[in-house]
This record gives sequence, structure tokens and C-alpha cells, in this order.
Amino acid sequence: MIIINAMIEVFPVLMKGINITITVFIFSSIFSYIFAFIAGLCRVSNNRLVRGGTSIYVEIFRGTSLIVQLFWLYYAIPMLFDVGIDNRLAAGVLAISLNYGAYMSEIVRGSILAVDKGQTEASIALNLSRSQRMRIVIFPQAFRMMLPEFGNYLIQILKATSLVSLIGMTDILYHGNILRSTNLSAAPTVYLLLLVFYFIMALPLIFLTRKGEQISKRGVAS
Amino acid sequence: MTINWKWDMFFEAFPFILQGLGVTVGLTFACFLFALIFGFVWVFLRRIKFKPVNWLVTWIMEFIRSTPPLIQLFFIYYAWPMVPGIGVSLTSFESAIIGLGIHFSTYIGEVYRSGIEGVDKGQWEASTALNFSTRQKWTKIILPQAIPPTIPMLGNYLIIMFKEVPLASTIGVVGILSLAETYGTDNFRMLESYTIVALIFLALSYPSAILINKLEKKMNRRFDKKAALQDSKGAVV
Repeated sequence: MIIINAMIEVFPVLMKGINITITVFIFSSIFSYIFAFIAGLCRVSNNRLVRGGTSIYVEIFRGTSLIVQLFWLYYAIPMLFDVGIDNRLAAGVLAISLNYGAYMSEIVRGSILAVDKGQTEASIALNLSRSQRMRIVIFPQAFRMMLPEFGNYLIQILKATSLVSLIGMTDILYHGNILRSTNLSAAPTVYLLLLVFYFIMALPLIFLTRKGEQISKRGVAS
Repeated sequence: MTINWKWDMFFEAFPFILQGLGVTVGLTFACFLFALIFGFVWVFLRRIKFKPVNWLVTWIMEFIRSTPPLIQLFFIYYAWPMVPGIGVSLTSFESAIIGLGIHFSTYIGEVYRSGIEGVDKGQWEASTALNFSTRQKWTKIILPQAIPPTIPMLGNYLIIMFKEVPLASTIGVVGILSLAETYGTDNFRMLESYTIVALIFLALSYPSAILINKLEKKMNRRFDKKAALQDSKGAVV
């Protein structure tokens, strides 16, 4: 009974932050995909400069941890240019999407390279231009290979949204932490509810990932 | 727009922040070891044939994997001591080992599972035919063949964990990120101190990633060769 009462008390407080968490998640996932596609396509480019530049971006963001990138974007960048950007949402979304964009660009690149060489040869034989070749032949086949991993990364991005509370965004974890600091005995209920919140948000993504796996397997002669 | 970078601050902060590297790397290996051991627990729990148990274990793993490690750390550090009956108070270092260790053990359990599934079915049949006990089957036949091919994957997880360890600074583990924060707030120089942390991470994880990549290629060659050899022998016989 005590637990249920505590939950009734804690629940509305955490709900205050759900908007922020979901906003950050949606924006981060959209931008992650944008960065991933741009960087992934740049990495299979013929231009060495484009390829090299993108590799540096990818390696830097894959080589350092997200929390460091987040702090760097939020605390260090404004200091570097002596400007007072105080936009937490932009810093949070940018850090998460640059980080996961870098990871996912590897999937984009890998999938494009995994498309059978014969497809490229056939489209050359059919006199398709370079952009047609990518757009009509290679990319649609590569895209379905990307789906399962893309689903997995959505879950990773959702998990990463909890970090934005560290730069002071008032997401569900932030409200939970405040509640815990005023009443330590509520800590178990608070954090258990937070974990359940995140799990419930992740459930559709888990099923989406499984769906993606099915789609990527369907009707492909390998 | 002026670029506000101070090299003297950079060189002053560097040795200060580097002091925390031991803790960060130590914690990484401690978490990794914990996850390596705990990963086996998941493997064996998932092999229980009883349906409800199997279902429960699968969903517990899914739960741990799809919720943020940051909140799991907070749960273990702040909430666990408050749980009546079974709660114990842990230091921040211990909490980090257990929190991150359990989180990544679910991933490592999957890696083990893929390795075990990769072992040829004939090996199981042969060990049954040779009258090995269940324990001998695992320790002498299956695991020695299942684990080595997964080493590059495990190495990848070591690097991933190294990058997740700074999360522990939020519950008070004094690694490089905490020291950078201390130095940054004391001197109002967040820029240089956080840049140093990023550089340290890059300097350690990038070469390790290349190393693991090489190892992976080498292992692939080795195991492929073995398989090819077996095939050709089988063909001759």
C-alpha cells in the first residue's frame, strides 16, 4: 500500500518532464538520421577531400564519449567563441545527433558497400548516370539492410536522452533527481518509475526493430 | 568573433586532469570484468527450458538493455540503500561497477550466446557420445571453441564501456571528467579542460579500435582457415 501511495505522489511530478524527454528524443532521432545519411553518403564519395573530412568527423565523434561531447558543446563552445549561447535544447539535440549520426553513418556506408557489385555493373550497362545508379538501384537495396540496426540505434538514442538532465534540462530524470534530493526515502520509487517510463517508451521501438528485421529479410535472394 | 583559447591554461590543466586517468581506466576494466562474469549468468539463465522462466529472463534482459545506464546508476547508488530488507549502502565506485557491469553484461551475454550457437552441432553430439558429463561438455568442449571467436566483439564492448564510464562522475567517481569539471569551475576555463578530456578519450579509444579491427581480421582468417581445412579433410575422407 505504501508503495502505491508513493507512486501516486511521484508519478505526476515525473510527468512534468515527459514533454522535454520526448521532444529531445524526436529531434535527436530526426537529426541523427540526417547526419547519418549525409556522412554515410560522403564516405562512399569519390572525392578524397569529402571522404577524408567526413572520416575525421566520424572518428572524433565515435572516439569520444557522448557525455563529454555534450559538456563540450554546452560549456566549451560558447567560451571558445566568446558568445553566450544558452540554448540547452540545441546543445542536447546537437550532441546526441552528432554522436549517433556518426555511429549510424557507418551502417549507411556498410550497407551501401554491401550491395552486390553486379548491381553497379548492371546499372552501368543500362547507361544510368551516377546519381541515378545510387538513387534508383543501390540505395533502395542498401536501405532495407540498414533497418534493423537503425531500430537498435533508436533505442540507444532514447537512452541517451536521459543525459540532457546533466546540462540542466528539466526532463523526467531532472524532476526525479529533485524529488530524491528533497526526500531520500522516495528514491526507490522515483528511480524505479523512471526506469519503467523509459522501458514503456522503448517498447514500441523494440517492436519496430523486430519489424525492421523482418522487412530486411523478406523477399531478398541472397 | 574572437577565438578565446589559452594554451597556458591547457598545459596547466593537463597534468591535473591526467591524475584521474587511473580511476577511469581502472573502473573500465573492473566493469568489464564484472560484465564478463555476469554475462555467463544470463547465458545459463536463458538456457533454462521452462517457458515462464525463459520468458521472464528475456524480458528482464530487454528491460536492462533498453533503459538508460545513467538512471540505473542512480538507482543503485541512491535507491538501493533505501530498499527495505535487501538494501545495502555502496560506495560510488562499487555502484558504478555493479551498475555499468550489469547493464553491459546483457550485451555480453548475447555475444557469448552467438559464440555458443556458432559451435558445430556435431561437437555436442560427439561429447555426448564420448560420455562427457555436462560440466565437462561445457568446460572442455563447448566454451573453448565458443569464446575465442567472440574476443574481437568483446574488445569492442571494452571500448564502448570505456566511453560510458564517465557517467560514473555523476555519482561521484573522480575520474578525468570530474577533475575536468573541478578545474573548469575553479578557473572558469571549461573550454580547455573539457577539450583535454575529449583528447584523452580519443587518444585511447581510437588506437584501441584500430587494434581490435586488426585482431578481428586476423581471427576471421584463422577461424576461416580452420573451417576450410576441416572441410577439405572431410572431402578427402
